[in-house]
Amino acid sequence: MSTVAAISTPLAQGGIAVIRISGENALTVADKIFKSVSGKVATEMKGYTSAYGKIMSDGEEIDDGVLSVFRAPKSYTGEDVAEISCHGGVFVAKKVLSAAVSSGAELAEAGEFTKRAFLNGKLTLTEAESVIDIISASGEQARKAAHSAKEGALYKKISGVTKRLVGILGELAAWVDYPEEDIDALEPQVLSDTLSSIYDELSALSKTYDSGRIIRNGADTAIVGRANVGKSTLMNYLLGYERSIVTDIEGTTRDIVEETALVGDTLLRLSDTAGIRQTDDVVESIGVERSIKKLDEADLILAIFDSSEPLTDEDLSIIEKVSGKRTIAIINKCEKDRKIDIEKVENVLGEPVFISAKTGEGIKDLERRISEVLSLTTLDLSAGLIANERQKRCIDKALLSLNEALPALSIGETLDALTVILDEALSALLELSGEKVTDAVVDEVFSHFCVGK
Amino acid sequence: MNYEMENYDIAVVGAGHAGVEAALAAARLGCKIALFTISLDTIANMPCNPSIGGTAKGHLVREVDALGGEMGRAADACFIQSRMLNAGKGPAVHSLRVQADRVKYHTYMKSVCEKTPLLDIKQAEVAEILAEDGSVTGLVTKLGAVYKVKAIVLATGTYLRGLIHIGESSYQSGADNVVAPMLLTDSLKALGLPMRRFKTGTPARVHKRSINFDLLEKQDGDEDIQPFSFETDREGLHNQVSCYIAYTNEETHRVIRENLHRSPLYSGKIEGVGPRYCPSIEDKIVRFSEKPRHQLFIEPMGLDTDEYYLQGMSSSLPEDVQLKFLRTIKGLENVEIMRPAYAIEYDCVDPVAMRATLEMKCVKGLFGAGQFNGTSGYEEAAAQGLIAGINAAKSVKNEEMLVLDRASSYIGTLIDDLVTKGCSDPYRMMTSRSEYRLILRQDNADERLTKIGYKVGLISKERYEDFLKKEEMIATELQRVKKTTIRPSEKLNELLVSRGTSPITTGVRLCDLIRRPQMFYADFATFDEGREELPYEIKEQVELKIKYDGYIAKQNEQIEQMRKLEKKELPEDLDYSKIRGLRLEAIEKLNRVKPLSVAQAGRISGVSPADISVLLVWLGGKNRNES
Repeated sequence: MSTVAAISTPLAQGGIAVIRISGENALTVADKIFKSVSGKVATEMKGYTSAYGKIMSDGEEIDDGVLSVFRAPKSYTGEDVAEISCHGGVFVAKKVLSAAVSSGAELAEAGEFTKRAFLNGKLTLTEAESVIDIISASGEQARKAAHSAKEGALYKKISGVTKRLVGILGELAAWVDYPEEDIDALEPQVLSDTLSSIYDELSALSKTYDSGRIIRNGADTAIVGRANVGKSTLMNYLLGYERSIVTDIEGTTRDIVEETALVGDTLLRLSDTAGIRQTDDVVESIGVERSIKKLDEADLILAIFDSSEPLTDEDLSIIEKVSGKRTIAIINKCEKDRKIDIEKVENVLGEPVFISAKTGEGIKDLERRISEVLSLTTLDLSAGLIANERQKRCIDKALLSLNEALPALSIGETLDALTVILDEALSALLELSGEKVTDAVVDEVFSHFCVGK
Repeated sequence: MNYEMENYDIAVVGAGHAGVEAALAAARLGCKIALFTISLDTIANMPCNPSIGGTAKGHLVREVDALGGEMGRAADACFIQSRMLNAGKGPAVHSLRVQADRVKYHTYMKSVCEKTPLLDIKQAEVAEILAEDGSVTGLVTKLGAVYKVKAIVLATGTYLRGLIHIGESSYQSGADNVVAPMLLTDSLKALGLPMRRFKTGTPARVHKRSINFDLLEKQDGDEDIQPFSFETDREGLHNQVSCYIAYTNEETHRVIRENLHRSPLYSGKIEGVGPRYCPSIEDKIVRFSEKPRHQLFIEPMGLDTDEYYLQGMSSSLPEDVQLKFLRTIKGLENVEIMRPAYAIEYDCVDPVAMRATLEMKCVKGLFGAGQFNGTSGYEEAAAQGLIAGINAAKSVKNEEMLVLDRASSYIGTLIDDLVTKGCSDPYRMMTSRSEYRLILRQDNADERLTKIGYKVGLISKERYEDFLKKEEMIATELQRVKKTTIRPSEKLNELLVSRGTSPITTGVRLCDLIRRPQMFYADFATFDEGREELPYEIKEQVELKIKYDGYIAKQNEQIEQMRKLEKKELPEDLDYSKIRGLRLEAIEKLNRVKPLSVAQAGRISGVSPADISVLLVWLGGKNRNES
């Protein structure tokens, strides 16, 4: 089996993080990224031994940490395993993982270590069933995430790149498979320009992912409420700084603002949605539409109501829209006189939390409630992350192949060899949708070229 | 009134390119064969293009030959022009294509069949397949003759319930106006075969004297001709005819557009699904309206006839419209049609109903091959015929059947595609369909398959020993080239620089010089002192093995991964909805195909890597439970 790597500790702030590498070449990969102080190398270390040293990436020191070596079959997965403990924090751990990947490991699938452990006879059958749950949940989540991200820039970019690559391969295939039709050969210059620009685009995508302040994981949380009930104020309070423009004018927040925040001990991906109200403003109405859509995709909804005003028709329609979803009702502006009909909210959404986003009163209660609501359920906190990990892995695989294709092209390798490498790049990008390369290319040939006898 | 006839081991229904290969292979493996054909005069007929080979198809012919099939030898014996296509596009996509003499090819194949021991040819229409307890027991002809057999290969081509369309007219007929068998389909449906209807077409044949060749581009064959068969001597092969190229123009397109309403394709009269890659000229003009002209090839049908084939002009428009639009073409102003173009609909099976052995899942001993399986092309047909014939023989002898995997051959790729993905229109082989195409080259088909052909019993001991000798010569020369160092010299550096590569200052290994894309094995003849004169095939293999070393190693790695998953077998009666964790889409697809291995499951579109992981874990649990 191939060698895989992943961060094995939870993706949150913590003292230490562990990156696990497992597979035939695990120790070789470890040697490339870990330089022990004592001069010991992983490939020569015995099982169950450790070494202290520096974790390196591209000749630069990322962190210092401890390497533990496990020799097959005496490891969790039953394969050779290297575990690198580094300082906690998602950012450092991600860097170490990236270093492992660029040294020859592949990113592990969700549940991969456990799957390997099972296949190597390390786990019982009952344990195996939980593995299947992890795998299938991640597969389903990935699909869902890819789907819900369909309007996202990342998705659009990846599918744009995929299309261009299919286009090129289709053109090459038509040229090769129909030599008797008058199909022009792709100019080597055009070919290499296109491939280079595809490479640049993918590599930029891959980098934004790496340097992203903190990967956007955690519960996808939508803050909803009619205009001007204090959604943005709450969000800013949770984030600790001003992100949304807060004014007294209705409809100030026209777009969805997204941020990650540690609320209590729970990581939330907060979206401050535009107020849901009837509007004639074109820009704002797009925002409203998105807000409604966001509700369907969220893991958690914070529904905010204004304590100082009676419930409006709009409030009632929001209650209706979020009922049945994982929702916390929040009564804001408690610093003012209460005019709201609490019972109407409570009947549908359960006991509300009273806060003043302005003064910070009740925020602690909210934190407690959020972690209650989320931990009461079986929400898979890493689900959103896996979708990203997967995309990242696909992009990196494609980059690796393109990195091979470009020099091959420039030294004048024949195109039959080149197309085989490009197939690999495309295959990586198509992995998410479950499409197969040969089908995609053959379809492209027939839809874009007039070929045949 | 039915009557009993002789018993046979195997009956082959249809004597086209699939049926002939099936019958020959099974007879050569010692089975008693009855080969049924509607007409003895259409054995191995080429009702469409008088040509064998082409991109990826040429690969198939070489592979058929390497396994001990007949098509390669027949094409070598009957070709009248030969060309290696795609020279200059890389060795993986070099493809041999020949014009064949249509009548001679038929006569050759008929004669080979006639002279093959244990092979009886019967002119008859098969009306019914007999089966008991899910196994084939025999067949009944339209006349009522009952033949008891243990296995049957269905190779009915485009004949089954054939319906020809020319303009507003349509009539029941197989290709070339041969009677269409009308009864068999019902019997196959009753056995549980999922039958469907496909459509294909062929262009007009015209008279030589009505063509003005002076106005056409001439296309000659190769000077240095390579045969299809690894057994054919390269000496003494020569071209006897030229082909010609012409182009449609705006006027042609106008005539076609104005008469579209008279085409059965556009009036909705044709129900069958046509091939995407073989569009009729009216299709091309409608779908690619921006193209100002389309190319057509004018090809002779044989040496003893003045019929010419118009490749690229397949049509189902009425005869008068055909004549009108052909006469708009430069060089065809006075053209006379001898046979009009037509579209033909026919019954075939959904190939997902078969295993990779080409045996139907629902009836033991019943095999399918060729266009009956939803493919198109003589070469695709021959390839399947050979495998179906071998496996029918093996089923009769109770031996393990032959399955070629995707990494072994285009044949394996073709069959895997058919039984795993099915096909929504007639399937044509293409190099882009093979992910292992750098290894599956036409030049090394023998290296890949002759061992298998020998083991099966279709390759003679003599030929096998010749093959081993060749392998040894390649290995020896490869070894020598890897060890040989070439010293720098003025002459060598001159040559290197003239090809745009860098000169050398110290001794360099010969293999590293050959690896340069601009340089070739033959270039170093004068600098390579220890070189002995070797046959062409040896030099070719040595060069390719060196040049593509890195890629070959990489593809071999992928192949190894795939073969590991291929060994993880899935039970055929598995109900995937019972496996926890699979996605709905995957369950549906898996239940339809019922893959035999995890590797095959992974090739089904809509089955994701996560689904494959679930299957692996499920298999692991199952195996542990059993042990």
